[in-house]
Amino acid sequence: MADTAVDVHHGEHAHDDHHGPSGILKYIWSTDHKIIAMQYMFTGMFMAVIGGFMAYVFRMQLAFPGISVPGFGQVSPGEYNALVTNHGSIMIFWVAMPVLIAAFGNYLIPLMIGADDMVFPKINRLSYQVFLLSAIILLVSLFVEGGGFGGAWTSYPPLSASGEYNQTDLGSSLWLAAVAIEFVAFLLGGINFIVTLMNSRAPGMKAYDIPLVCWMIVIASILFMLSVGPLVAGAVMLFFDQTIGTGFYDPARGGDPILWQHLFWFFGHPEVYVVLLPAIGITVDVIATFARKKIFGYKMVLYTAVATGVLSFFVWAHHQFIAGIDPRMANVFTVTTLLISVPIAEMCFVIIATLYGGAIRLTTPMLWALAFMAEFLIGGVTGIFLGASGADIYFHDTYFVLAHFHYTFFPIAIIGTFCGFTYWFPKMFGRMMNDTLGKIHFWGTIIPFNFIFIPLFVLGMGGQHRRIYNYEHFPELAGADMYQLRQIATIALLVMLAFQLVFFYNWFVSLAKGEKAGKNPWKSNTLEWTTESPPPHGNWPKDELPNVYRGPYEYGHPDREEDYWPQNLPS
Amino acid sequence: MTPDLIQGSTYAADIDNLILGIGILVGVWFLAAEGIFFWLIWKFRAKPDQKSEYLTGKEKHVKRWITIPHALVLVCDVFIVVGAVNVWFNVKQRLPEPDSEIRVIGQQWAWTFQHPGADNELDTADDIFTVDELHVEVDKVYHFRLESRDVLHSFSVPVWRIKQDAIPGRSITGWFEPTVAGEFDVQCTEICGIGHGVMAARVSVEDANTHAQWISTASSATTP
Repeated sequence: MADTAVDVHHGEHAHDDHHGPSGILKYIWSTDHKIIAMQYMFTGMFMAVIGGFMAYVFRMQLAFPGISVPGFGQVSPGEYNALVTNHGSIMIFWVAMPVLIAAFGNYLIPLMIGADDMVFPKINRLSYQVFLLSAIILLVSLFVEGGGFGGAWTSYPPLSASGEYNQTDLGSSLWLAAVAIEFVAFLLGGINFIVTLMNSRAPGMKAYDIPLVCWMIVIASILFMLSVGPLVAGAVMLFFDQTIGTGFYDPARGGDPILWQHLFWFFGHPEVYVVLLPAIGITVDVIATFARKKIFGYKMVLYTAVATGVLSFFVWAHHQFIAGIDPRMANVFTVTTLLISVPIAEMCFVIIATLYGGAIRLTTPMLWALAFMAEFLIGGVTGIFLGASGADIYFHDTYFVLAHFHYTFFPIAIIGTFCGFTYWFPKMFGRMMNDTLGKIHFWGTIIPFNFIFIPLFVLGMGGQHRRIYNYEHFPELAGADMYQLRQIATIALLVMLAFQLVFFYNWFVSLAKGEKAGKNPWKSNTLEWTTESPPPHGNWPKDELPNVYRGPYEYGHPDREEDYWPQNLPS
Repeated sequence: MTPDLIQGSTYAADIDNLILGIGILVGVWFLAAEGIFFWLIWKFRAKPDQKSEYLTGKEKHVKRWITIPHALVLVCDVFIVVGAVNVWFNVKQRLPEPDSEIRVIGQQWAWTFQHPGADNELDTADDIFTVDELHVEVDKVYHFRLESRDVLHSFSVPVWRIKQDAIPGRSITGWFEPTVAGEFDVQCTEICGIGHGVMAARVSVEDANTHAQWISTASSATTP
């Protein structure tokens, strides 16, 4: 079908060639955006299970050093490094990005803007296939001779640049190749999101009528495209250093290891917002629906997202305060880093203010959305300590940093995903999820989550530094009270992982026996709720593609008896 | 901060006070935001036959619920920036005149410390080299020259609140003045390979007599 950007929407022959392949090929060789979204979703969730298993193994080692971890065995220092490195890489590049941007972006953008598919469906399919290749390379890298790469997800040279230093010659090259290929997949996907949002909107849908989650995914894609270039160049140089012995990062041959850090964090900090913005978008949409409220300042959310995105290009060196950069630079980056708190805080205020005057229904997706805000605030305020150069001297590379970014990334990647998944589940699969099981899973995730990371804040304040296999060599960190805190964190993790079984059980039971959802179970305004659940190939029956008459958040309008006003209803 | 981690250098208390100050500022914001958030969830829970209100957030008197906190956040940021830059300047930018100098060399996976010896001059014949064991005198200003032989390392002494990455090919100068005698942990806080977890050293902060005694024993031990 629509292989060009021209008139994919409401065209005379928009659906004439909607004949994909049939049988099993329909699912693995499809160009349908919904199927590609599911491919990304399932791959991302599979990788999340692997990343979670890694966390289980190294947390067991930290709490009970030397133990033979059930399901893994004894952890060697090299394996420990590989586990923490790949846990971080997987959770960011193979879970947060594919699920939040690729899966939700693919599923939601065409449906929410009233298009029959993406503008470039074949590029879309290619994007997933390249992504799958990168995931396979990463998984292979864990089992090659020497083991997986263990130089941390930041992969600082010279450690990452030479097998002589990291003892994982092949593992590190494969890891780097996997990351670089994953970037290619997201560039392909990102182009598609941006062009689709610009060109394929339903008639009548103006810029400020676009649901915020679509805006957020597109802004994230733009941020990604603008920031990833330098890192790809850096990765190529690092790959050459590893494989053909160049010296881009080797000071003995005129190179500079700090160059990598600049290239990495110039990408790495915008990357935080690349995954944050889609999660905020999901949260905003869910909160509007279940508070039955118009967003308190649609444009404020949008503009603060853009402002955050722009500022995020000027804060990268706050990861490098003590890395040996010119100390005067730290002052500049302290200012820019604290400035970024302003738009983010304002965005949070707007979301909180949206609750005012609402009629809040605490369904499972709403609980996830509210938990996102409650937990993300902790991640936000603890970031201030690290952006303030003077305080970062002490906190840098301690568990305080680790706990801080888990309080941002866990709400983003886990809470945000569950929020979106439980909210759009009826649309994706045509049936309702069991709400009781959903709430058991919710509380079984949120409570242990805090018990994992609050002890880690305390350990970080006590001086516990990161990526240490065993603290027995550090008398100040080897006390019984320190081990108790580590054990609390590990046990909480075990509890949290166990409760994830409830989620999968709920998923499968609801698929088979859940109540039929109908078109619009949540009484929502946006366009995806105007078609069948699940939507057919082409999203709407031919000639029934929707028109748009108003913004997406017209809840509780005084002129209407109903408390919602779908975007496609003529006035 | 944590009660059992002593403040062992002249600037440890400055860093702790900065952290405490930021903690109070953001703590107030955090409690206010969470408090209002949960109060709104409770107050506006769905009630039978009651429709939600239609508020656009466009009117000025409504918008100020966002714009006033917005301005206040900016003011707090200014305070935090001033505090942070002030501490940073004293710890990292301004180098006070040293009483003595040491060299700290990181390598996979040990710290080598070069002490100036009896003449108090670095890079002379009587320098004392030790591995994973640093000896300094209390209440003296030290300059350290931080170097690495292979990969990145990071020299960190939590009780002094000092941390600085070591980079191969560079020599980075910093300073500290220990104020409390005793034995403390020295960490490597930048991942440096499979032995990162065993790259531990200890620092002995000694009074003048003990330190002089250590210099003479250590010198006689290394002198042929």
